[in-house]
Amino acid sequence: MAGKNQAISTPTVGLFVTCLVDLIRPSVGFAAVKLLEEAGCRVEVPQSQTCCGQPAYNSGDKSDARALALNTIAAFEGFDYVVAPSGSCAGMLKHHYPELLGDDPETAERANKFAQKVYELISFLVDVREMKAVSAAFEANTTYHDSCAGLRELGIKKQPRELLASVKGLTLTEMDEAEICCGFGGTFSIKYPDISNAIVEKKTGNITASKTTCLLAGDLGCLMNMAGKLSREGKRVEVRHVAEVLAGMTDTPAIGQGDEGTQ
Amino acid sequence: MKPVSHAFKDNAKQALADEPLRRALGGIKHGFVANRAKARAKLPEFERLRDEARAVKEHTLAHLDLYLEAYEKKVTETGGHVHWAATAADARAAILQICQAAGAKTVTKGKSMVGEEIAINEHLEAAGITPVETDLGEYLIQLRHEPPSHIIAPAIHLNKGQVEADFRREHTDLPDNRVLEEPAQLVAEARAVLRKQFLAADVGITGANLLIAETGTSVIVTNEGNGDLTQCLPRIHVVITSIEKMVPTLEDANTILRVLARSATGQECSTYTTFSTGPKRDGDPDGPDEYHVVVLDNGRSEMLGGQFHDMLRCIRCGACMNHCPVYGAIGGHAYGWVYPGPMGAVLTPSLIGIDEAGNLPNASTFCGRCEAVCPMRIPLPKMMRHWREREYEKGNTPAFYKLSLKAWAYAAKNPRLYQTLTGLLIPLLARFGSKGRFRSLPLASGWTRYRDLPAPQGKTFQQLWRAKEMRS
Ligand code: SF4
Repeated sequence: MAGKNQAISTPTVGLFVTCLVDLIRPSVGFAAVKLLEEAGCRVEVPQSQTCCGQPAYNSGDKSDARALALNTIAAFEGFDYVVAPSGSCAGMLKHHYPELLGDDPETAERANKFAQKVYELISFLVDVREMKAVSAAFEANTTYHDSCAGLRELGIKKQPRELLASVKGLTLTEMDEAEICCGFGGTFSIKYPDISNAIVEKKTGNITASKTTCLLAGDLGCLMNMAGKLSREGKRVEVRHVAEVLAGMTDTPAIGQGDEGTQ
Repeated sequence: MKPVSHAFKDNAKQALADEPLRRALGGIKHGFVANRAKARAKLPEFERLRDEARAVKEHTLAHLDLYLEAYEKKVTETGGHVHWAATAADARAAILQICQAAGAKTVTKGKSMVGEEIAINEHLEAAGITPVETDLGEYLIQLRHEPPSHIIAPAIHLNKGQVEADFRREHTDLPDNRVLEEPAQLVAEARAVLRKQFLAADVGITGANLLIAETGTSVIVTNEGNGDLTQCLPRIHVVITSIEKMVPTLEDANTILRVLARSATGQECSTYTTFSTGPKRDGDPDGPDEYHVVVLDNGRSEMLGGQFHDMLRCIRCGACMNHCPVYGAIGGHAYGWVYPGPMGAVLTPSLIGIDEAGNLPNASTFCGRCEAVCPMRIPLPKMMRHWREREYEKGNTPAFYKLSLKAWAYAAKNPRLYQTLTGLLIPLLARFGSKGRFRSLPLASGWTRYRDLPAPQGKTFQQLWRAKEMRS
């Protein structure tokens, strides 16, 4: 399924799993591996990767953020590409590492070189690997939330929709304000829970108003926030990472749901 | 106004419980936001204009000293006076002196955020001079003794019913049984009341959206025409403004005006764009006898060339707050001072200090919508992050929060430790969250107060991946 004009026919991709996927929802990681392999890549998962450093970076702790950035770069420097199933983490690696490490010419160069290889999963599949369709099937009326960093830092908008259009049985109904923040904001949701809640309430309102039964997005943080709110509100919406659907790996319980299914 | 930004969290809580306020804020989406989008779509060169506007300001800021001097020279040549004010107190003193020298009793005022910044109304009142706001929104909040809640729509938090009640309380010389149901009736009443004030005023104070160095001109944009009456009818016109409003030429002013109205209200240009140059000349049909410009610094020159330099490009259009999910949830008063929303989150700590305003740059999800719409391409999230860095360096970060961050970073910096710890803890946590989610969890109460926390699936990805590798 890979594009014909690829410079590297079987590139080696280092999967930056992201800490949330690693800890909370490994199935997203396996879905990413499957999609990358379908796109003709060889996938490796360096064991020395941990967290991209966003919590430290966005809390003003530059020195820890730098240390974590250098750890990530060291773990992934050898790959043709670095791919993450998250717009937020990919944006951190691609845009914020060069800024964070820009003061010292040596680290600046490393960060810039590294940044060029970094992609968010779905945009990598479509833009770099020229994937046009997937072989998955998923019977559902879905809606898609555009997570902020993916949308505004990486220009991810069409790519997931293009691939979702090829999923058998799936329809996509756009909700109102799909491009507006869900109120997660990483540590923001914990530091300002009242405001975060007011923002996610608007989002769940838009989700239910779209009359869809399944919510998709490309960032687990946002998904956990919206899934957590929907289940607290008693709303029956199946919430999944878009990679799970594209990889045809939807037999695991949805986010926030136990083995008993959508309860 | 005495800042209450330190109480941001409580202010926000109150705002969230205020239903009329939340309804009022809900209207922004169909008003300002929709109109800006339409205006932008109609102008193919809008993105290029943004670059040009940004370049104009960057050039001006790089040579600000020269342009300020050139401006002063021109104002003086045209018969006006420039008063440099290093601090808010200096600006207040300069204005009071002008008013007292004129024996002023009533002062009319056009909308001015710098006027709010230096709290000029309170100062004049204390000296026995009555300031009358003539912009409708400013007039409404003056009646209520409230600060503005938005930089271009100061009374955006109010609804019709509240305004009616205020008018009935304040305009006691009007008949009780008058009908005040439609917005038009309210506007007509405000106009009639204000018209008398225009004629009575000895001094008119306006702000300035721009200062033009080449001609010594100050420019205001309004939609009500109140600014024109404020500056033409009284004997003395005082412009209260700040150093970063400068542009070199009329042509440059035009570039900025083209992005300003579109970004603010979605208009191609505002109803009135008024250029004021000096006092009335011989043969002019109208105009003031004296023209004064009070130019405030108040910390701005220290921002030049530093981490917050870009903020000096701001043209106060309000687009960043109109598109901000946090502003949209809590409105402007919660920010606790004059400038709310993303621009306030960056500017306020520069002007009143990070100890007072520390919450403001923290209360952002970094969704980036403000930067995406800012006509001057100001990297607002980046500068909020710079404030967080300064707070962190100063040790202002709350202790428990900092400890959690440090613990996380410590583990994450040691991949082996991280894998071992997460490999132990996550499966354990997963067992307690067998329903797929937690309804409450110690240490995560900020989260679980309002929503469930999805539980881990079981083992970590790293554990599962290694196990799979071993098998193959
Ligand atoms: S920061 Fe930008 S968007 Fe916000 S008021 Fe200033 S110019 Fe307008």
